[in-house]
Amino acid sequence: MRVERKIDLAEAPATAAPPPTRLYADRVKVYPARVHGRFRTAKYAVLSVSLAIYYALPWIRWPRGEGAPDQMILLDFAGRRFYLGPIEIWPQEIYLVTGLLILSAVGLFLVSSLFGRVWCGYACPQTVWTDLYMWVERRIEGDRNARMRLDQGPRDSAYWRKKVLKHAIWLAIAAATGGSFVLYVQDAPTAMREIFTGEAGAWTYTFVGLLTFTTYALAGWAREQVCTYMCPWPRFQAAMLDEQSLVVSYRAWRGEPRGKHKQGDPWDGRGDCIDCRQCVNVCPTGIDIRDGQQLECIGCGLCIDACNAVMDKVGRPRGLIALDTLADLEACERATAAIPPGPERVSTAAAAHAPMKLIRPRTMIYAGVLGLVAAVMLFALATRSVTDLSVLRDRAPVFVVLSDGAVRNAYTVKIVNKTHEPRVFTLRLDGLAGATLAAVGTEDLVGETIPLMARADGVEAHRVYVTAPASASLPESTAVTFRLIDGSGRDAARQESVFLAPRR
Amino acid sequence: MPTKIEKDALTGRTTTGHEWDGIKELNTPLPKWWLYLLYATIVWSAVWALLFPSFPGLSGHFGGVLGWTKREDISREMAQVAESRAPMFARITAADLEEIRRDPTLLRFAMAGGRVAFADNCAPCHGSGGEGRPGGFPALVDDEWIWGGTLDEIAFTIRHGIRNAADEDARQSQMPAYAQILSWREIEDVAEYVLSFSGRSTNAAAAQRGETLYAENCVPCHGERGEGVRAVGGPALNDAIWLYGGTKEQVVAQIANPRLGVMPPWQGRLDEATIRMLAVYVHTLGGGE
Repeated sequence: MRVERKIDLAEAPATAAPPPTRLYADRVKVYPARVHGRFRTAKYAVLSVSLAIYYALPWIRWPRGEGAPDQMILLDFAGRRFYLGPIEIWPQEIYLVTGLLILSAVGLFLVSSLFGRVWCGYACPQTVWTDLYMWVERRIEGDRNARMRLDQGPRDSAYWRKKVLKHAIWLAIAAATGGSFVLYVQDAPTAMREIFTGEAGAWTYTFVGLLTFTTYALAGWAREQVCTYMCPWPRFQAAMLDEQSLVVSYRAWRGEPRGKHKQGDPWDGRGDCIDCRQCVNVCPTGIDIRDGQQLECIGCGLCIDACNAVMDKVGRPRGLIALDTLADLEACERATAAIPPGPERVSTAAAAHAPMKLIRPRTMIYAGVLGLVAAVMLFALATRSVTDLSVLRDRAPVFVVLSDGAVRNAYTVKIVNKTHEPRVFTLRLDGLAGATLAAVGTEDLVGETIPLMARADGVEAHRVYVTAPASASLPESTAVTFRLIDGSGRDAARQESVFLAPRR
Repeated sequence: MPTKIEKDALTGRTTTGHEWDGIKELNTPLPKWWLYLLYATIVWSAVWALLFPSFPGLSGHFGGVLGWTKREDISREMAQVAESRAPMFARITAADLEEIRRDPTLLRFAMAGGRVAFADNCAPCHGSGGEGRPGGFPALVDDEWIWGGTLDEIAFTIRHGIRNAADEDARQSQMPAYAQILSWREIEDVAEYVLSFSGRSTNAAAAQRGETLYAENCVPCHGERGEGVRAVGGPALNDAIWLYGGTKEQVVAQIANPRLGVMPPWQGRLDEATIRMLAVYVHTLGGGE
């Protein structure tokens, strides 16, 4: 939103006191008008698909067998597991989530450098919900002019009826949004039942309330101010864009000088812009795209739809406002500079258009990083093991000398079993001849190998004692390898450690 | 204060009038509701300060209208924890010690509880991992036990302690100071003989002379060949583990003027469940019999 200031110091007398500086701005309420066209249709399509995904996703089931949740997407913070369809992420694999976030970020960079602010204009939740709220608002209060009249008109019963209805529907949407959010972190059918029967936990209600409030406040009231004042992304996404990125732009070389146009008047000597302000009226952030590239512009392209409709009506070619690159704007500007304003400029520019360059260092680097991270993620997923072994040697004491002179070390052996059934492994120690193993709880089973249980879908800790016979002449430190052998005799995991003995 | 407000040619906006070495600040007005949010947080902080402990005074502090304290929170949480553990404590108290060791659930609980109780009560003398300390604080991780290493024997020792006056059932054993009974040379001979049990005597003749003295003085408590007598708390002398050190000087010193360690009784200080968990935990440290 642009705040117009009417301070012209040139006209002020030199001796007069400076006008008061106003450091705070009033909100200028935006009343976006209805518009039809390709961009509007695309925006509604993205809105429908993304909202459908958001509200429906937690309800999709994905059988994982007994004892495991059957929800396709479940971020089980309480159980410390992320379930993403066939992928199951344990806390120690959180780097996969990090990778996903890096993919999203770099993907956003790539898309921004190619197509400008399509994220802001189409896919950002702020845009999607605001658009939904505006649609509701338009259904109840009418289009731009009707809404302006309503707000300026009397506070009669019709006014209150419309306002109450609108806010009630907004709140209902907000509650559904907050309600859906909490379904991602717990079993959806259970949580939904608990929410309505009052059995859900305090945190569930807190998050439902929080998300209801933010949805209602941000999409209903704050709207474009979130993008203009709060969001950091508009601030630094300029770094992703260059003169080859597609941005919503007003082709000033064709539109200027602008002015009113009566049907039948010639187009020679003037620009195509008839100053109808349709582009301003439909803008959800209330800016004038003809002022050039602006921070407030979310790149939704609704002004293109509006302007194209006007151009069709006045019989001029479409594309006075278009998704264009700054390079093309400049090329056309240069080609038409010598020609007086008028239709001839359009035909001249048609030959001078600079086609957009998709392949540039910036996009190649973003695509390269994207591919690299994706490859690393795929590799990590493909080689993900379902068994992990960790061995922590006791440090107090570092070793124990037994009565017969044998030396014993104690280890905490943790077996991570990511499968959904309990398993029995065989633990074997390499590198220490004659050593025997024993585990607390199964002291009767002493030998060169011992069986160790690992419970389903969890971490099982065992205390294991390794004893080297007195006859062994041991150095102070011996490198050893713990091997975890599964039922089929293969090494499921191995872990290196040391065996310490007293100085001789 | 603003000095010279100008209109910026490039943006069409005015400056705030502030200037630092030629750098001027554009006036980009903050939305008013943002300012109101600031006021709201100020009001919020005032309400918060009224409700909760806040202002310091000369004698104490303002406790807040709600009367909330963190201490109460903690004691309530501790009470909740105690309540949630009560069923397991009851099972531990009711079960036979061997049952606890055989039941994986009870064993895990006892090891976790025992580890904490051990660190709080036992670690100063026996070491954080039960490794003992030089100078008479026995290791609990090895396989030598002066008073026995079965679960029941360990539990008894924990309950009643060793050589203390506070508990009449405390384990008692005394070793006379042989400096007043034997000559120094005789003591050295006995020491040589004792060391010969583990094959570490360096003077066969002295060891030979010590044999008779050992038979006359030491056998009742330490056994014929130094195997120890648990019933009277006589430590084994024929192995690699020495409570007061295994060099000849240390053995001689212990025979001449024995040091005798004391362990307090823990019955009464610790509840029954904790003593049982401690016994099981110590038993799992590697020496349990």
